[in-house]
Amino acid sequence: MMEKVNITIDGVKMEVPSTYTILDAAREAGIDIPTLCHLKEINEIGACRMCIVEVEGARGFATSCVMPVSEGMVVRTNTPAVRDARKVTLELLLSNHDRKCLTCTRSGNCELQALAEKLNITDIEFEGEMTGGELDELSPSIVRDPKKCILCKRCVAMCKKVQKVGAIDTINRGFKSRISTSCDKSLNDVPCSLCGQCITACPTGALREKDATKAVWRAIADPDTYVVVQTAPAVRAAIGEEFGMPIGTLCTGKMVAGLKKLGFDKVFDTNTGADLTIMEEGTELIHRIQNGGLLPMITSCSPGWVRFAENSYPELLGHLSTAKSPHQMFGAILKSYYAEKQGIDPKKMFVVSVMPCVAKKAESEREEMKVNGLRDVDAVLTTREAARMMKEAGINLAILDDEQFDDPMGEATGAAVIFGTTGGVMEAALRTVSEVLTGKELEKLEFEDVRGEVNGIKEATVKIGDLDVKVAIANGLASATAIMDMIEKGEAPYHFIEIMACPGGCVTGGGQPIHDAKTRATVDIHGLRKAALYEADKGLKLRKSHENPVIKQLYDEYLENPGSHKAHELLHTTYHKREYFND
Amino acid sequence: MKTLTELNEIREKTLSEISLRTNRNYTGREKHILVCGGTGCTSSHSKEIIANLEAGIKANGLDNVRVIRTGCFGLCARGPIVVVRPEDTFYAMVKPEDVDEIIEKHLKNGEIVERLLCKDVDGTLVKSLDELNFYKKQHRIVLKNCGLIDPENIDEYLAFDGYKALEKVLTSMSQDEVIKEISDSGLRGRGGAGFPTGRKWQFAKASENEQKYVACNADEGDPGAFMDRSVLEGDPHTIVEAMAIAAYAIGANKGYVYVRAEYPIAVQRLQKAIDQAKEYGLLGENIMGTDFKFDLEIRLGAGAFVCGEETALMESVEGRRGEPRPRPPFPAVKGLFGKPTLLNNVETYANITQIILNGAAWFSSIGTEKSKGTKVFALGGNINNVGLVEVPMGITLREIVYDIGGGVPNGKEFKAAQTGGPSGGCLPAEHLDTPIDYESLSAIGSMMGSGGLIVMDDSTCMVNLARFFLDFTVDESCGKCPPCRIGTKRMLEILERLVNGNGKEGDIEKLESLAMNIKRSSLCGLGQTAPNPVLSTIKYYRDEYEAHIKEKRCPAGECKAMTKVVIDKEKCKGCSACSRKCPVNAISGEIKQPFEIDQDKCIKCGVCIATCPFKAISRV
Repeated sequence: MMEKVNITIDGVKMEVPSTYTILDAAREAGIDIPTLCHLKEINEIGACRMCIVEVEGARGFATSCVMPVSEGMVVRTNTPAVRDARKVTLELLLSNHDRKCLTCTRSGNCELQALAEKLNITDIEFEGEMTGGELDELSPSIVRDPKKCILCKRCVAMCKKVQKVGAIDTINRGFKSRISTSCDKSLNDVPCSLCGQCITACPTGALREKDATKAVWRAIADPDTYVVVQTAPAVRAAIGEEFGMPIGTLCTGKMVAGLKKLGFDKVFDTNTGADLTIMEEGTELIHRIQNGGLLPMITSCSPGWVRFAENSYPELLGHLSTAKSPHQMFGAILKSYYAEKQGIDPKKMFVVSVMPCVAKKAESEREEMKVNGLRDVDAVLTTREAARMMKEAGINLAILDDEQFDDPMGEATGAAVIFGTTGGVMEAALRTVSEVLTGKELEKLEFEDVRGEVNGIKEATVKIGDLDVKVAIANGLASATAIMDMIEKGEAPYHFIEIMACPGGCVTGGGQPIHDAKTRATVDIHGLRKAALYEADKGLKLRKSHENPVIKQLYDEYLENPGSHKAHELLHTTYHKREYFND
Repeated sequence: MKTLTELNEIREKTLSEISLRTNRNYTGREKHILVCGGTGCTSSHSKEIIANLEAGIKANGLDNVRVIRTGCFGLCARGPIVVVRPEDTFYAMVKPEDVDEIIEKHLKNGEIVERLLCKDVDGTLVKSLDELNFYKKQHRIVLKNCGLIDPENIDEYLAFDGYKALEKVLTSMSQDEVIKEISDSGLRGRGGAGFPTGRKWQFAKASENEQKYVACNADEGDPGAFMDRSVLEGDPHTIVEAMAIAAYAIGANKGYVYVRAEYPIAVQRLQKAIDQAKEYGLLGENIMGTDFKFDLEIRLGAGAFVCGEETALMESVEGRRGEPRPRPPFPAVKGLFGKPTLLNNVETYANITQIILNGAAWFSSIGTEKSKGTKVFALGGNINNVGLVEVPMGITLREIVYDIGGGVPNGKEFKAAQTGGPSGGCLPAEHLDTPIDYESLSAIGSMMGSGGLIVMDDSTCMVNLARFFLDFTVDESCGKCPPCRIGTKRMLEILERLVNGNGKEGDIEKLESLAMNIKRSSLCGLGQTAPNPVLSTIKYYRDEYEAHIKEKRCPAGECKAMTKVVIDKEKCKGCSACSRKCPVNAISGEIKQPFEIDQDKCIKCGVCIATCPFKAISRV
């Protein structure tokens, strides 16, 4: 049984587990203690000094986010001294922050701004020099703005402790301290995977995605450009949050309606591309298994993961499936098969992807992601950017009527929908590989054993015909590192591994709506969004990629069969070692 | 590996060779020349002095003379120091080229080289070290071997009861008895805060864990402080021995000494001491034939001030950026590598062997009611005898400054002393008779600190002094928490505007409010004490602050922005001497007519004031 202790907070007597911090207890009592640097279980360093409280008998203030409760503890969270100290600390932070809230992407969703309001800050008494630092916008995915950084180190903890990448940390000392990279280089020139988890951890606008909205608006406004948008599965499970809908609301139809209102010529589902990925990747796996190819084979649809592998495990790149990620495949098909069919000049086509991801931005710019000199995808919007565009156009997604994806490329399967969460790609692949290999229809489509946990590694053995197929599912780059180290030592007994760069997979990707630390601590954001995707899968008639009629037609009319020469030209790619610390 | 019997044999043999250094009645023909090999004297060429001595001794066949490179004698102002024993002749400010004369006159003919003898502050020639006023009120426990033994020779350490305390502990005392002895002695942490050492050991022992650590904080960071460095340079084995005792008492088997890389001599001598101790079996397995094992390792720090804070030090030892971590958990529960850890300062450890050997009662008979033993101070600033002193607790500031320190030079008046460095405060002349102990110092707004004691004369501007210390903390804050990172910067900005003549009404109040909040809100001791120099100077010299703001005047005349250099037209004869010396060509005029200074060009360097033969130029 868990040990309990009796404490008093602001006169409220309560009994709480002895493992609680003062902050935990206060939250349970409904007492709001402000925090900034605290991210539960990720960043518990007591740095920002906003959560200080008075504890009877203690010397000085106690740091409530890290101070454990103890028997008989008497806490006061709201005394003149506490209020005063918090206010001065916040004013000091604000005096070293650029305060250009009006033009900040995080305005309205900024923990610093919210705190300034909450603590009734109406004047900054201590103006002075600012630490500053250069804006880093060299990476195709992430912009770092040190003038907005408050050094809470949530991004550092995310990168170093959760992802175990460690691309960023504090440099310099004292007032000159800044978050930066090794040798103060651009994020683009260090082994950053561009997963963007730092962005979702940031309480302010110091980290944000590289804007693509302007380019997309320009394309839409140009009458000569045929602008097509495709949306990744995870987007539909989260975009409603930007419009005040509850976390995990599935809003596929409303999202389609909103995108149509923005003026895209066609709105397609990246899931069609996902079904295609399953066909190509599944075929590659079967080929590798049957012909003694390099195993385990690892999925390649997460560009954060691919970049990480190129940074950290260049000698193991042969394990990655050569299949492009779904949106890149789909872009390539749109600019070839679809354009041909519709009689559109592919040079005048502009393909936009709405993705839960910032690494996709960099992926779409890769030289390898071009066919005949044309980019598969011309611009990538994050879920947040898509919502921003809708707001700009006066569209309230929450009140729109559902609309359908456009034909003829709109049809997709449930297998594709679940790509958006950890284990989804694996499950989708198993549905197809199993039926293709055995020629028999599956009795039960759900492979629950492969549905992953956040930040974990899951293993399963799946019987396909006579073959025991050993699979592993890893999400988060810390788990990826563990798997890759096993492969490096020759200790990975798997045939097939799914790896997603972001903890939990795409539903909690770096491009998804951002929630404050308190929500993250109290709501299972990943669980709710994931549930929405599995619901969507269940509700679909077609749930196996190889049964998708659009895909069947595509192979019949154009690609011949999976893994064909044509398919390789359009749908496969190569990887290369990335040099560390480029100049 | 030496047995206890072998160790005793070494002690006896070595003592018979070196006892002439302490035995004034020695009548034999042997002579030992002790040359200071501390950092200060080494940088003034004591190495060359030693080399010249050795060469001269050899050339002259003086087989009765030995040269020993020792640790610091303390009177750094008069270094390099050379002492000839047994007669105890004290030569000061010796140059390598003086060696020939010492050999010719003193060593060959037995005549003292008078011109090299140390002069006391009043000008009297001092023949022997004992006669110097500097040493008369000192009580050396921590520094007892400094300047006496060769720190790189374990046998010399053994000769003066070295490793006897460890032997006593291992062969006749239980862990609790050791801790009780330390507790009873009343020893308190010499790193600054003054936490009772025995209690700290008790906490570390009470934490149950298979792996525990002892650690030594040698990250001496206060500007001008060099107590710990001197102990490590002059008597490294006392730290090795004390840490082994501490490890035995709390149940640890591994120790770390965290020392800044900019102390190369200390690091090298400590490493040598560790190696020798290992060779003699005083570190390692089965120490002194018991089942106690203990190993010691040096970890170099990059010289960040914050790494003197215990949790930041541990982060640094573990290989991360030196930033404090929140407490609890305290190091005694979760310290180095997450294991229970006992961390003490160098000077604290340096008391341990003497407490064990002489007993708690002996130690607690020295000092005041609540502050026992001695304290080492690094005397610096405007004082004659700049150097290292060890005094009994309870001595007054006046005794330190005047009797030991020889007072303020150049006929100026004592204005204040700063203790505790950037974390401490100033003690004005009105507190010269305050006894130096933990409580008295904090009662008057300063602190004991680790032992920096900087004396200021009446030409020191206290606002500028506060600015100096804030400048230090702004740079040395680790940057983790905003009150310290940004708050100290904002305080510095206000102080900068004050010394530049741009102070505003309300600045003092702003400083006070910021200071109070930084003290209360900061994560670690660095931030919690960083405003102290400002608060204590405001407390005692508020009028100086006000003069800077209201009258744009620096009463001490130190703040250049607020002084003007002017030529008195009545006194100026138009000789042009000043204009020829002015480095920025700010002075012009016609010969035999009064000259003038262009205030826009003048950098207030004061060269003209010193040049003018008619005393016509002055600062106003």
